[in-house]
Amino acid sequence: MPDFTVSDSTIPDPTVLSRNTKLSDQYRPVFSIFYALLVRDFHVYFRHRGAWLNPLTFIFMVILLFTLGIGPNATTLTANAAGIIWVVALLGIMLSLDALFRADYDDGSLEQLLLSPEPLYLPVMAKVLAHWVVTGLPIVVASPLFSLMLGISGKAIPALALGLLLGSGVLSFLGAIAASLTVSLRSGGLLIALLILPMYVPVIIFGSQFVQSAIEGWPLTATLSMLVALLIGSAVLAPLAIIGGLRMSIDG
Amino acid sequence: MANWQWFHRLGSPKWLHGTINRWLPWVLVSALVLLSIGVVWGLAFTPPDYKQGNSFRIIYIHVPTAVVALAGYYAMAIAGAVSIIWRMKVADMALRAIAPVGAAITLLGLFTGAVWGKPTWGAYWVWEDARLTSMLVLFFLYLGIMALHDAFQNRQGGSRAAAIIALVGTVNIPIIYKSVDWWSSLHQSASIKFTEESTIAAEMMYPLMVTIPGVYLLFAAAVMLQMRVQIAHSERHSRWLEKYAINRA
Repeated sequence: MPDFTVSDSTIPDPTVLSRNTKLSDQYRPVFSIFYALLVRDFHVYFRHRGAWLNPLTFIFMVILLFTLGIGPNATTLTANAAGIIWVVALLGIMLSLDALFRADYDDGSLEQLLLSPEPLYLPVMAKVLAHWVVTGLPIVVASPLFSLMLGISGKAIPALALGLLLGSGVLSFLGAIAASLTVSLRSGGLLIALLILPMYVPVIIFGSQFVQSAIEGWPLTATLSMLVALLIGSAVLAPLAIIGGLRMSIDG
Repeated sequence: MANWQWFHRLGSPKWLHGTINRWLPWVLVSALVLLSIGVVWGLAFTPPDYKQGNSFRIIYIHVPTAVVALAGYYAMAIAGAVSIIWRMKVADMALRAIAPVGAAITLLGLFTGAVWGKPTWGAYWVWEDARLTSMLVLFFLYLGIMALHDAFQNRQGGSRAAAIIALVGTVNIPIIYKSVDWWSSLHQSASIKFTEESTIAAEMMYPLMVTIPGVYLLFAAAVMLQMRVQIAHSERHSRWLEKYAINRA
């Protein structure tokens, strides 16, 4: 039987904060929860191949369907490529979001997390980050392949990857809000889409504009700074809404 | 010292129900009077536009609905904030009451915009105008909140979820509007000319100054009617409502 009791050395008692206790020791529990959750989620995700493979497969198939719908004409495909890749990446991330909190909600570990006396900001960050590494990052890595399939010129491929790297983070943070609100419902999938797709409008505008600018050789800084701003804004503010959503889902 | 009694009274469904009953006829009548004056004035007594002829007259309905559609979302978000901060039952009811009315008025704004677009631009829907796209996104934001309300069996959970998403939407709406603006300005083709509200002639403007408050009041009246339904639903087991219903019968 493993020992689950927490030894006194890991959690400093704030009442006995003596002169030789460093201030950073007080914050240690918050970060240890962050790392523990990150490592745990990676373990869970990497043991389920589907977690990263299914969104990628989905994206490849939708690109195939788009191509069949639009027609094999290379110029039409290339003209629409940036928009297609962004919409498809957005759908892939959005569809995987329902799983973000669901397993934890079903087995009760989410409730345990919310009972913790520590602030929830970083734990929520850890969950979204782990989910992004498994769903968003593979899309970024595979994006050169999408570009080749749709005939995006070579010089725009790094721009697409960079745009997706920043934008997929925004998609994960915003989508996690909808996931946290719908986790207590039996079927969250379509509802997540209804709630979050309107909020995705700026990401798709700036993301596809970024690629378009790279293809046309226009200056990139304006769209790039907008994408960075969206990422910073959503990373800072979204966890607050996610915490509210999770508390609502647990308390009812 | 500020008197906060009115705020605490707002928290009582019974007081609110009585107040709505007292105010509703006045709000409704003044809305209808203002709208009739504004519409008759706008349709009959303003000169036709030198370029658009008589088709511009739809602005006396279109512009007020568009203004109120956005204001309604912010009213809903304020109700959501009050519900999250003070856990006021009445704020949850307000959120539930405003969502369908706001969605309806947004749809009306979209419809009148499309009707106006046909004679002016030659098409019912023009993607080049950012305002149409933004209004459509606003309509979807309203629908999302209504869907969230419906999805929860437990009313309290649905109300809290809707309050959170309404606040998230409030932060997002300016970003969405600006980004859509930016997008349309990049893709704009030169063949289409837009009419600017700011360059409107004064005599065309005056009826608008009457219909805008008219639509605001109509919106308020519709929300009050919805509020009364929400109060009746949540207080259906209370003694005072039973007494009220018996008195009415």
